[in-house]
Amino acid sequence: MVSTQQAKKEFESAKLYTSVHNIDLEEFYSSGHRTCQGCESALVMRDFVKASGPRTVVTGATGCMYVANTSYMTTPWVVPWMHTQLGAGGASAIGMAAGLRALMRKGKIKNEKINVINFSGDLGGGDMGLGGISGALQTDYDLLVIIYDNESAANTDIQATNLTPYGAQTTFSPTGPAKRIMHTKWKKNVAPMMAVGHPNCKYVATACATWPPMDYMNKVKKALDIGGPTLIHTLDPCPKGWDYHPRYSGELGQLAIKSGLFPLYEIIKGEVRYTYDARKQKRVPVREYLEKQGRFTHFIDEDYELFQTKVDEMWNDWEIPGVAPVKGILKLAQ
Amino acid sequence: MAATMKQTKVYDREELASGTDGVAQAVRLADVDVFAAYPIRPYTGVMDRLAKFIADGKFDAEYIIADGEHSQFEIGKHASSVGARAFVGSSGTGWLYAMEALATTATDRLPVVALVGNRALDDPGAFGVEHNDAMLVRDLGWLVVWVSTAQEALDTTLIAYRVAEDPTVLMPCAVAMDGGYLTHSEHIIRVPTKESVSKFLPRYNLGKRVMHPDNPVSIAPQINEDWCMEIRRQNWEAAKRAKEVIYKAYKEFNSVFGSNYTNPFFDEHMTSGAETIVIGMGTVSSAAKVAVNRLREKGEKVGFIKLRWFRPFPTEELRKALSRAKRVAVIDRDFAHGGPDDGGVLYNEVRSVLFDAKNKPKVVDFIAGLGGREISIEDVMEVVSITKKCKADERVHWVGLRERKTGGTHVRMKR
Repeated sequence: MVSTQQAKKEFESAKLYTSVHNIDLEEFYSSGHRTCQGCESALVMRDFVKASGPRTVVTGATGCMYVANTSYMTTPWVVPWMHTQLGAGGASAIGMAAGLRALMRKGKIKNEKINVINFSGDLGGGDMGLGGISGALQTDYDLLVIIYDNESAANTDIQATNLTPYGAQTTFSPTGPAKRIMHTKWKKNVAPMMAVGHPNCKYVATACATWPPMDYMNKVKKALDIGGPTLIHTLDPCPKGWDYHPRYSGELGQLAIKSGLFPLYEIIKGEVRYTYDARKQKRVPVREYLEKQGRFTHFIDEDYELFQTKVDEMWNDWEIPGVAPVKGILKLAQ
Repeated sequence: MAATMKQTKVYDREELASGTDGVAQAVRLADVDVFAAYPIRPYTGVMDRLAKFIADGKFDAEYIIADGEHSQFEIGKHASSVGARAFVGSSGTGWLYAMEALATTATDRLPVVALVGNRALDDPGAFGVEHNDAMLVRDLGWLVVWVSTAQEALDTTLIAYRVAEDPTVLMPCAVAMDGGYLTHSEHIIRVPTKESVSKFLPRYNLGKRVMHPDNPVSIAPQINEDWCMEIRRQNWEAAKRAKEVIYKAYKEFNSVFGSNYTNPFFDEHMTSGAETIVIGMGTVSSAAKVAVNRLREKGEKVGFIKLRWFRPFPTEELRKALSRAKRVAVIDRDFAHGGPDDGGVLYNEVRSVLFDAKNKPKVVDFIAGLGGREISIEDVMEVVSITKKCKADERVHWVGLRERKTGGTHVRMKR
């Protein structure tokens, strides 16, 4: 176990952005993609590679950020980018990190720090590729996996994943007279699951690309600076999948955080810090967030109440709200 | 022993080695940069051996114990994409668990070398050899080669890297060997020196497609209907070029190591003047050669061809070699369910090769040794005898099957 001081030192060592004015102007994810208006996942792409800079290699698992981003001969990627299979995000990062380490050790290429980053969606990273990402977090390689979560398989026409919130309408979970709520699963809590189970993992964070400003980019910087296998889980409002006007993307991200539905935190060597502490703020009712999205228009009062109860339970009863549900889902037997 | 060389020593030593040991030695000698392991019988021995090399400080590579075959093969693929020489391997259903990675490694044209310790596909569980696992990549853009001795396993793994990484080829290569019969049986092999191997095998260079910050490329974006056909065609052109490269590589191999591979694609045993030619892949060659010797002693005009390279398939060469005979007996250690005439995979490849031949021999198929059942010398002698006397429509025979099948063309053979 690392001491608090040591963890704090490492936490503070990354050169972080303190103002939007000192964010680099150079783009490494530029024009050429075909993402939707208001696409927050595209911002997740643009910002991570801005924070990591040009000495970076990237793999993108199959998903909307593959299909919508990279059409042949119009790539937006200024850094080397390669497609990897839907469930291969973690393995692709291991492969690149291991290859680069071996080549550098043997003197076959110049010894330097090259950031190895994979991004996988909620379907690829949170469901199919979970085992592979777990494998990656068990290694001692310097690699970062970003799970960009727009809460559906947004490339294949908005199908439910295990990270789709309770009750949301998708093409796999429509609403109808016989079944008002088709998707009855509560969102899988990926980031803490990975943090708890992987002793080698040096840094886990949740983030939202737009809010609070610079928070996500700084988390990328910290992850890369701390090194070792690291994971960031982002919540990306998706106009097409969530059914709202593209102008509200930023607002919805904020509401998800301010309502306490999506807790923002980082875990550095076992220590959890909230980067937006919903315990100390007055939480916005979850209904305000849900009502603005077409995917929840079939909700009735009891659905909103269920959501609110779950969120309240998380913040009031969990051992570490959002992270460790010891008093929420898990309880010690009497 | 060693030393048929002029300046540098070609062979280090002799040692007792299994088929998987032979591959492990080649991986060490090829200075592989990354290898990823996941356990499944019977290929695993190669990874056990490599892990021990690492532990003993005899081999410098990144060694990853993967979380499954899919990850294992993706690790190999992406290591190869940054310019690292990569090795992976599997068997049976493990090989199939990696199938998505296998397909994309080929379409990404990344020269990973993989060992397939051939194993029957579950269910029910069977550890023994069956060639269906490796054959499943036959249409995907992999080079596939079968080996039948531990020495050949070592040699062929080095040749596999040489061919796969050739700048005009850049395709992955599967080295297949019979589970049990070769993965676990030992004989004396000659282990080459590192110096001689480096003479034969140049450094891996992926060139313009390497993933490195100095070379900002985008690999495998969406092509859809715009470019898919052209890219498929490019892959096929590479496979075509691979054939010439294979010839060249064996020639160079012979000259560096003093080996004697005459025809890279297949070995011919007593085919001169043979009226019946038996053809098969892998360790069946031992029994087949002895059977042919015995029959020759009795004055029968019989020969045997051991096919080595299955992809690219030596179409012209085989057509020439087989069309000299009156009859061809194909030994299939595989089965193609519902395929033409309900025969095996190799049978239909061979028949297709002979379709355009001027002299068309009768081709008879023998499904044999599935799930690791032994194919004995007597079995092969029986194969020849049936081939000679069976009717033209008795095309497919199951060797040593316990129950008689009624109807169709399946005829029981006595064991």
